[in-house]
Amino acid sequence: MSRFGLRLEPRSNLPKWLPWAVPVGSFLAALLVGAIVLFATGQNALSVYGRILDRAFLSEGAFTGTLISATPLLFTGLCAAVAFRIGFFNIGGEGQFVMGAIFGSGIALKLGADAPGILSVAAMVIFGAVGGGLWGLIPGILKARFKTNEIITSLMLNYVAAVIATYLIFDSNSFWRELTGSGAVFPKGKILPVGSWWPNLDFGSIIVPFGFVLGMVIAGWLYVLQRKTRFGFEMRVVGGAPTTARYAGMKPTRIVVAVAALSGALAGIGGAADIGNFRHVLDPKGLQQSGFGYAGIVVAALARLNPVAVVFVAVLLGGITNAGYALRGPDFPAGLVGVLQGLILFCTLGGEVLARYRITRSVRTPAGVNILEAS
Amino acid sequence: MSVNDNLFVIIMASAIFYGTPLVFASLGELLAERSGVLNLGVEGMMLLGAVAAAWVSTNVGGPAIVVLPLAIVAAMIAAGLGASIHAFLTITLRVNQIISGLALTIFAGAAGLSSYLAGIWQLGQTPVKHQFGKIDVFGLSGVPVVGPILFHQTLLTYFSWVLVVAASFYLFRTRAGLHLRAVGESPQTADSVGISVSRYRYFHVIFGGSFAGIAGACFSLMIVPTWVDGMTAGQGWIALALVIFGFWRPDLTLIGAYLFGALSSLGLTLQARGIHISTALLTALPYVMTIVVLVVVSNTASRRQLGAPAALGKPYEREER
Repeated sequence: MSRFGLRLEPRSNLPKWLPWAVPVGSFLAALLVGAIVLFATGQNALSVYGRILDRAFLSEGAFTGTLISATPLLFTGLCAAVAFRIGFFNIGGEGQFVMGAIFGSGIALKLGADAPGILSVAAMVIFGAVGGGLWGLIPGILKARFKTNEIITSLMLNYVAAVIATYLIFDSNSFWRELTGSGAVFPKGKILPVGSWWPNLDFGSIIVPFGFVLGMVIAGWLYVLQRKTRFGFEMRVVGGAPTTARYAGMKPTRIVVAVAALSGALAGIGGAADIGNFRHVLDPKGLQQSGFGYAGIVVAALARLNPVAVVFVAVLLGGITNAGYALRGPDFPAGLVGVLQGLILFCTLGGEVLARYRITRSVRTPAGVNILEAS
Repeated sequence: MSVNDNLFVIIMASAIFYGTPLVFASLGELLAERSGVLNLGVEGMMLLGAVAAAWVSTNVGGPAIVVLPLAIVAAMIAAGLGASIHAFLTITLRVNQIISGLALTIFAGAAGLSSYLAGIWQLGQTPVKHQFGKIDVFGLSGVPVVGPILFHQTLLTYFSWVLVVAASFYLFRTRAGLHLRAVGESPQTADSVGISVSRYRYFHVIFGGSFAGIAGACFSLMIVPTWVDGMTAGQGWIALALVIFGFWRPDLTLIGAYLFGALSSLGLTLQARGIHISTALLTALPYVMTIVVLVVVSNTASRRQLGAPAALGKPYEREER
C-alpha cells in the first residue's frame, strides 16, 4: 500500500442525502477553516463572520446588494456548470464576461437615448451573448479542430479580453470612451443612456434586478435542456463517455463547439447584465477587480453543476462578495473573500470524495502481496 | 553611443531579467507534471512566495547576505505549503487536478490569502528593505554585447541557471530522475517494480511548488520590488504554457521563458526609446503568442511525441491494478 495512503473504497450505493450533504457540509467546513485562518492571524472570526452575515443578508437593503452581486455570479456559474458538464474545462468565463460587457455596452451606446428602453435592454442581452459566445467559441473550435488544451487557451483569452477593455477606455479614442468634460482629463467610459439601464423589480423591502430574474429563467431553461432534450442527452453522454458517444453516432466535436459557444454566451449575458443593472458604464478596472469569472467556477462546483442549484449558490456567494465590498476598509481583512472562495472549492472537492468513498487506513504490505493469502 | 546601448542588447538583457521568474515557475511545474500531476495553482503559489519573501526582507533584521537567502527559503516554504494542499487532494483523495489547482489559485491569489497576509502585515506601503540588485560578474558587464546580457544580472538569474542544469541532470542522468519519469509515464509499471508512486508525486508537487515561490520572490525582491496585490499579473499561467512549449524539458523551457520575457519587456523598452506603440496591445502579445504556440504545437505532433507524460492529469488508483 502507498506509504502516504489512505485507502479509498467506493461506496456501493450512494445515499439519497448526498447531493445536499456535500455542498452544505463543504460550505460549513470552509467557514470553519476560514475561522482558523482568522484566529491564527489575530482576527476575531465570530465578529468578522457576524459582520459578513449582517451586511450580506440581514441589514437594511443588504439583500438587494447581494442580488446585484449574485447576478454576474449566477451567469458565470452557469457558464462553468454547462461546460464542465461535458468535460470542457472553460476557465475563460472571466474574459467572456468582459467581452459581453464590451458588446452589451457598445450596442446600448449605439442605440442612444432615443431608442425605447425595452429595445435597448433586449439588444444588450443579445449582444452580450454574442460577444461572450464568440470569445467562448475560440477555445471550443481550437479544441475541436486542433485538440488544443482549452484550459490554457481560455485562460489566456481572459487576459486578452482585459487588455481589449483597457485599450478601449485608457489607450485609444474609442467609441466607448468619454472624450468630453472630465473624461477629457481622466480616461473613463461613456455613461449608458438612462433608457438602457436595466429595470428593477420592486417587491417592497427587496428590489430584484432584472438581470437576476433573467438568470433564473435561463437556469430553468438549461435544466430542461439538459434533462429533457436530445441535445442535453448528447451532452451527458459526451461528458460521461466520449468514446460511447462516438460509437452511438454522435459528433463529440460538434457538441464541444456548441457547448463552448453556449457557455461563453452565458458569461457574456452576465457581463451585459453587470453593466445594465449596476455599472452603466464600461469600467475595465472594476470588471477586472471583481473576478466574477473565476468565482463562477466555485459557484458551479458547489452547485454540483446543477443549473437550478447555481441560482441558490450564486445568492450565497453573492452575499459574501457583497459584504466584502461593503465592509472594505482598514478594519476588515482584504482578501478574505478569495480565501473563503478557495476554501469552499477545496472542501467541495474533498467532500465529494469523502461522500463517495469509504476511507480506511491503509495497511502497509510489500507491493503485490495480499496479506490474507500470505498467511 | 556604445554598442551596449544597442536595442538588441537591451532587449536581450531585459528578456533574461523579466524571464527569470518564468524560469523558476515553469521549472517547478515541469517537475510536478513529470510526476503526472498538473498544478494550475502556480499563480497562487507565486503570490504566496512573493508575500512571504517581502515580509522577511522587510521585517527580519540583519545584513542582506543573511536576509535575502532567508527570504527565498520563506518563499519556498510558503509556496510549498500551498502545493501540499493540492498534493493531498489530488494524490491521496484523487480529486480533479484541474479544479483543485484552480482552487489553490483562488485561495492564495490576487484576491485571496496573499493579499490577506499583505494587509495584515502592512506590506506595500514602502519598497522592501533588501532587494536583489544586478551584479557585475567578474567585472565583465562592460564587455560588448555579452556583458550586459550575461554578466550583469541578479543572483536570482544565476541561481535559475544552476537549477536548470541541475534539473536536466536529475531528470535524464540519475536513477531518481528515471523513476520520476516512469511514475509520470506509467505509474502501474513503476509501482510494480517497487517505486512508490505517491511518494514521488508528493515530493515533486511540493518541491516543484516551492520553485513557484522563488518565482514570486523574483517579483517582490527584484522586479517590482515592493508588494503589490496580484503583482504576478498572470505570469503563473504563462509558466504553465511554457512547460508545454518546452516539451517538458528544462533547457527548452528556459529558452521559452526568455522569449516571453522579451515580449513582456518590449513595450517598456520601446517606449523608453520614444517609439510610440499602444502599451495595452503590447501587453496582450505574450498571451496571444501562447495561444498561437499551443495551437501550432498541438497540431504538428501528437502529445506522445512531444514528451508529455502519459499519465499527466490522471490520478493513480492502485486498487484497480
